[in-house]
Amino acid sequence: MIAHSVFFYIFSLIAIVSAVMVTVSKNTVHSVFFLILDFISISCLFIMIGAEFLGMIMLIVYVGAVAVLFLFVVMMLNVAEQKGQWFSSRWDGGTHIPVGLLVSLIIFFELIIVIGGWKYKPDLLNSLSINISTEVTNTRSIGNVLYTDFILLFQISGMILLVAMIGAIVLTYRERAGVKRQSYVKQISRERDEGVHLVEAERNKGVKIDA
Amino acid sequence: MLSIGLGHYLTLAAIIFTIGVVGIFLNRKNVIVILMSIELILLAVNINLVAFSIFINDLSGQIFTLFILTVAAAEAAIGLAIIVVYFRNSDTIRVEEIKNLKG
Repeated sequence: MIAHSVFFYIFSLIAIVSAVMVTVSKNTVHSVFFLILDFISISCLFIMIGAEFLGMIMLIVYVGAVAVLFLFVVMMLNVAEQKGQWFSSRWDGGTHIPVGLLVSLIIFFELIIVIGGWKYKPDLLNSLSINISTEVTNTRSIGNVLYTDFILLFQISGMILLVAMIGAIVLTYRERAGVKRQSYVKQISRERDEGVHLVEAERNKGVKIDA
Repeated sequence: MLSIGLGHYLTLAAIIFTIGVVGIFLNRKNVIVILMSIELILLAVNINLVAFSIFINDLSGQIFTLFILTVAAAEAAIGLAIIVVYFRNSDTIRVEEIKNLKG
């Protein structure tokens, strides 16, 4: 029990510090690195409380795909090192730090009030739909319901990923001038008459091709 | 203090959520950091869902976390594609210089 709480405090401290560093570090590449650290410590927490499938998926999806995507874009756009004052505007000289901090403090205290004064509904434990069984592993129990009860949502999330992929390709596609490309219509609709023609070759002169 | 309950996880999620909101409010540098703050907010929501799922012994929260993860990945891909196109057109992604909509 003590080890559990010690690990909880260590991982959550790392998560909070790295979340702060994501927003305040001057170099965007460092922000991405701290984002990776944040995701790793949160997935350690997930594994610790018994949601090990989600912890592993978090590692694969966020650290393996999303963070690398961020890193790729940051390095491609060459905006890694942004000069200038931290958070300050170049135009009006003023900042909106005070108002922003005030509003976020209010949001935080509202959340804390909600956490402190909240109770379960009395009949909540009767209305549960899917109990976590202790006999099968976490991965197996998720698989049991994901492909049966939630199959429609599963398919829809697949469609969302497909749309996102096509959208990203369409958005970033750029037609360049002077690049030779294949034209399938031209290739298929080629007739024999325009493709082949007989040439009377003169002696010692050769034939000029592709005139 | 020593036994970790649901409140600890909810407080951690609230702190990370607030840090993400602060990152969106105070950022004047570039849009990529705003996208990362959105990822932090979604992460906080995921922590809430998983903690509730474990502590009231119901699996639906973890399923929902899985779908939120999917949508977050799609959103990051689309957002980064938009940023790349914007950078190509106007050579900057500083937040204060993005004002085509006069907002």
